[in-house]
Amino acid sequence: MLSGQAASARPSFFNRGNVGDRAYVATLSALGGAVLIAAGLIIWELWKSAHVALETHPMQFIKGTDWDPVRESFGALPFIYGTLVSSAVSIFVAVPIALGLAIFLVEIAPPPMRPLVSFPLELLAGIPSVVYGLWGLFVMVPWLRGHLEPLLGATLGFLPLFQGPPLGLGYLAAGLILAVMILPTIGSVSIEVLKKVPVTLKDASLALGATKWEMVRTASLPYSRAGILGAIILGLGRALGETMAVTMVIGNSPEIHASLFAAGYSLPSVIANEFAEATSAMHTGALAALALILFGVTLLLNSIARLLVRAVGRSPARS
Amino acid sequence: MRQYPLRRVTNAVVMGLCVLALAVAVVPLVSVLWLVISQGVSGLSWSFFTALPSPVGEIGGGVGNAILGTFYIVGLACLIGLPFGIGAGVFLAERGDGPFGQAVRFIAEVLSGVPSIVIGVVAYGLVVVPMKRFSALAGAVALAILMMPTLARTTEDLVRLVPTTLREASLALGVAQWKTSLRVVLKTALGGILTGVLLAVSRAAGETAPLLFTSLNNQYWNFRPDQPTASLTVQIFNYAISPYEDWHQKAWAAALVLLMMVGLLNLASRLLARSRLQA
Repeated sequence: MLSGQAASARPSFFNRGNVGDRAYVATLSALGGAVLIAAGLIIWELWKSAHVALETHPMQFIKGTDWDPVRESFGALPFIYGTLVSSAVSIFVAVPIALGLAIFLVEIAPPPMRPLVSFPLELLAGIPSVVYGLWGLFVMVPWLRGHLEPLLGATLGFLPLFQGPPLGLGYLAAGLILAVMILPTIGSVSIEVLKKVPVTLKDASLALGATKWEMVRTASLPYSRAGILGAIILGLGRALGETMAVTMVIGNSPEIHASLFAAGYSLPSVIANEFAEATSAMHTGALAALALILFGVTLLLNSIARLLVRAVGRSPARS
Repeated sequence: MRQYPLRRVTNAVVMGLCVLALAVAVVPLVSVLWLVISQGVSGLSWSFFTALPSPVGEIGGGVGNAILGTFYIVGLACLIGLPFGIGAGVFLAERGDGPFGQAVRFIAEVLSGVPSIVIGVVAYGLVVVPMKRFSALAGAVALAILMMPTLARTTEDLVRLVPTTLREASLALGVAQWKTSLRVVLKTALGGILTGVLLAVSRAAGETAPLLFTSLNNQYWNFRPDQPTASLTVQIFNYAISPYEDWHQKAWAAALVLLMMVGLLNLASRLLARSRLQA
């Protein structure tokens, strides 16, 4: 927050009496209230469209594995599973890289070199997701099919995760493209959090003879633990809701497979692919119910993440 | 305590891994930028910017209507979203310290993390269902809702940067408080707010998911807000998932156009921010 003291040090404005002042405050408050109204509108509108699908058997909807709009059979599990698996892969890949980047920038890089790290992160964050999807579809997927997946199958093939034919399109492709996309979020928030570690703490550690890594491990990381967890949850929230890039590389088949090489589906992808063509009220309702699930989960994750990041005493970064 | 040489080796290895992380992160970035430029540049021509899309197999054709459509939808979104977003931000900066302000701030933060596809579903229910057709307006409403929370937060931060002394000087001269807020505080913060607006616009121009089932797509020029409208991002998506080689080529070229648009907006906001810092 841009400090509460500055705000309270200001003279008290907008006394009653002056008509212009009162009108101005009323207008401002209405505009601020519009944010709350927008939030209410989102919830109301989602519920209005979704309740058809959720009213009868909500648990059956969530646990069902069969998705067949023609027979009006709607089960959300393949999409929930695909979303969770691809997001888990992305977190697994992106977190070590993002933390490495953040530690490099804050602890190792001399100040003139810092833009070398922050600039690529900003560029990555600025690329539209459909462009990532295009690149994923025509560059990353063939590479996975030809190189990475056969390699993983040959070395780690004893795990069920890496079995089956290397298709290219699938959970692994979705997870990797998501990892690239959430890297800037996790990286930049971690950088902000690590910068907040008091210099005295780090100096104390170094004075006791710790190497740089020992200083990071024993002083910086424990101090910023909550903030880094917040950064990871923010990244997870982004990964769960990311639509275009995932839709283009996950394979779009509503099935559940143990292997990461297999084609799957995700919550945002099925909404993107089927919503415009959904004709029956039940189909639209089921898709809106998926949107409602997605909304609920991301809302929860974001609230937690904001509180965690704020706990480290800084203004939360906008992702 | 372990031996010092061993500890130094561990240190060197971990620091090396951190540098490696940087290298790993840069690979996809360079690959994306290089491929979009190298694959896209051959497809660029004057007619690519001005012509309508051509059917499969036909030489020529462009994405003129999609470029115009993106400007059109984003422009409409600004008309709807900017007053609310900026207004809410000014509210947060000027009157946002009470419980109501705290609530607005928290909701704005949380809303900025809602997936854009969800906002698309909302805009579908709000605009497409009552109008009974896909339209540029529906896409604009979706983008406006997306813009609002982030714009509110950036505006708040920038308005709060205005020194209190400026405000006090104006008040001391007897200027009414609302006039001080509008003519002194907001006027000073204007450049900063513009930076935030440019960033919000560049983000909105890159959105695809909320447009898929709101503004849909259109093979022709469209200037009416109540008709389906092409957009660059949806066009890239459709070209990319098509089975045709020459459409893939067009997807790359259109992606290059999109990247240039988004990049220029970003650059403009950055230059603006820098010139303000120096002033």
